[in-house]
Amino acid sequence: MSPDTAANSYRTGPDERGHFGLYGGRYVAETLMPLIREVGAAYEEAKNDPAFHEEMGRFHKHYTGRPSPLYFAERLTEHLGGAKIYFKRDELNHTGSHKINNCLGQILLARRMGKTRIIAETGAGQHGVAAATVCARFDLPCTVYMGSVDIDRQAPNVFRMRLLGAEVTAVESGSRTLKDALNEALRDWVANVHDTFYIIGTAAGPAPYPEMVRDFQCIIGDEVRTQIAEAEGRLPDTVVACIGGGSNAIGLFHPFLDDPEVRIVGVEAAGHGLESGAHAASLTGGSPGVLHGNRTYLLQNDDGQIADAHSISAGLDYPGIGPEHAWLKDAGRAEYVSATDAEALEAFQLCARLEGIIPALEPAHALAWVIRTAPDLPRDHILVMNMCGRGDKDVFSVGEALGIDL
Amino acid sequence: MSRIAARFSALQEAGRAAFIPFVSGGDPDFDTSLAILRRLADAGADLIEIGVSFTDPMADGPTVQAGGARALAAGMNMNRILDLVRAFRAEDDEMPIVLMGYFNPIYRYGAERFAVDAKAAGVDGLITVDLPPEEEEELRGPAERAGLDLVRLVAPTTDEDRLPLVLQRASGFVYYVSIAGITGTRSPTMVDVEFAVARLRRFTDLPVAVGFGINTAEQAGAVAGVADGAVVGSVIVREIGAGGPDMLERVSALAGALAGGVAGART
Ligand SMILES: Cc1ncc(COP(=O)(O)O)c(C=O)c1O
Repeated sequence: MSPDTAANSYRTGPDERGHFGLYGGRYVAETLMPLIREVGAAYEEAKNDPAFHEEMGRFHKHYTGRPSPLYFAERLTEHLGGAKIYFKRDELNHTGSHKINNCLGQILLARRMGKTRIIAETGAGQHGVAAATVCARFDLPCTVYMGSVDIDRQAPNVFRMRLLGAEVTAVESGSRTLKDALNEALRDWVANVHDTFYIIGTAAGPAPYPEMVRDFQCIIGDEVRTQIAEAEGRLPDTVVACIGGGSNAIGLFHPFLDDPEVRIVGVEAAGHGLESGAHAASLTGGSPGVLHGNRTYLLQNDDGQIADAHSISAGLDYPGIGPEHAWLKDAGRAEYVSATDAEALEAFQLCARLEGIIPALEPAHALAWVIRTAPDLPRDHILVMNMCGRGDKDVFSVGEALGIDL
Repeated sequence: MSRIAARFSALQEAGRAAFIPFVSGGDPDFDTSLAILRRLADAGADLIEIGVSFTDPMADGPTVQAGGARALAAGMNMNRILDLVRAFRAEDDEMPIVLMGYFNPIYRYGAERFAVDAKAAGVDGLITVDLPPEEEEELRGPAERAGLDLVRLVAPTTDEDRLPLVLQRASGFVYYVSIAGITGTRSPTMVDVEFAVARLRRFTDLPVAVGFGINTAEQAGAVAGVADGAVVGSVIVREIGAGGPDMLERVSALAGALAGGVAGART
């Protein structure tokens, strides 16, 4: 596949039906179709309204704390002895990850649409916390669906959401993780279409969500462009991000898609290893299929039944991937690689000791690839990694994985 | 004439609506499911909807989810579903059979090959919940070539601007989803159903069946009074799930009562 030949650009997708090449689309029950189209139309309008961007900009600055710094990770760079490594520090955002970028955009849209109730799904709880946060700020009731397995392994975030006034509903269906939480949120939405807005947490789901979430996350890559120009006077050579559903990654990648000199790398979770079958690498270890409203790469069996994902990181533990990444993979514009649980744990600890930054387990996967790759790159190779979340939420699981009793 | 068209035209002549039970194919296992299909036919089903299990059935409530999960646990897959239809067909060449499910298992099977194999096994129509008209192209061609009806879903949220698109090239019958919600939760009010069916009839000459939230013989009868078919799923699936040595008897009795409710409606 090639870029949109007319525009000679990788940045024009999706088409008017929400497709990125073969991928994306709106595979939902008829009951939801009219509503999803309404969200699409409302987003189109908001996107072209300067007042919408002005309001969002104010909250980014004074509430979230943007722009997040672009930080030269000097000790890590020295330690690895190769590429010059920068962290885009989205872990410093209010609520501790990039998820707030998207929640802010979506709640402002929900308000424009006159919706009075918010629902969200969450895996690790970071998106749930960000959704609960903006709901508290804008005084809208919020119900967060979370698999009961995830509720057990992410207890601090469950409590955080409740403190913020959200109702956390345990999902007991299917594998009781993120994909099932998404199903349950969609079921809620079907039954409450008149007053409810669904804040999806990643760049997946039916159109317009993949595009809309991408646009809200592009602030990451847009800021990097400006900041790296200030720091180095040129574009980076490589940008890298971890991939769960793909929202922080597409937000970093998208502004660089039409700069062919910039290498783009997405890192999926390889769990116990791709051969083990226990992983969450939909692009590197899956195949195309239709789930949660879009066509994309999925972990599935020959019968089209969805497989359970595995990752030490609850935020990457999803058997699908945003459709734009599926398209970018087939088009060859971005590379998709993976890192195992063990590699992520190593990276997590190394980063804490060398940089005084405890990363979330999700970006620790991207960091694992950096650690593997940077030593072989020249010293003038500029590499930007999205540090998309902080690791406070993960200290218990990491302790457990290392056999340390907290 | 297709089995579906033949059945609806016979019913129209007889002046009554269709009783359409839904079960998950292979719930609780292949052999019992085959026995259940035969029981439903004997108890007065006019058309049978067989659910094709999917791990992520986003339009289904807990009861139908559980039925699908039992079937998957019993080793059902698309090939076995077609085996089930074939086995039923060996003894009944008239009962219209519609497969209801989600697109991914069909996509993985290959839409073209699936349509041919399904038709050969004795399937008459398909309801693909997550394939709205905007996305159905890749199944439409194969289904039409194979001679399978694509049954369209219409919801309470489908407005009149959208209806022509939804009904364009619909075939077999139209399935009106009577509530904005998932299977097996709320029940519709009859006023709403009557209004919605009347509206649909202004847009299509196809038979209109109504489903979601019909749980009793009375409700089935009331729906049958205004529509061409009443689809009942969750209460039957619940009875199957309750199991026990007399499960088949109970399913027969339930189906008989529901069929009676439908048959009594327009006399
Ligand atoms: C810190 C962090 N990074 C990454 C992800 C994965 O999501 P995405 O791939 O959409 O960025 C999550 C999800 O919970 C997260 O919390």
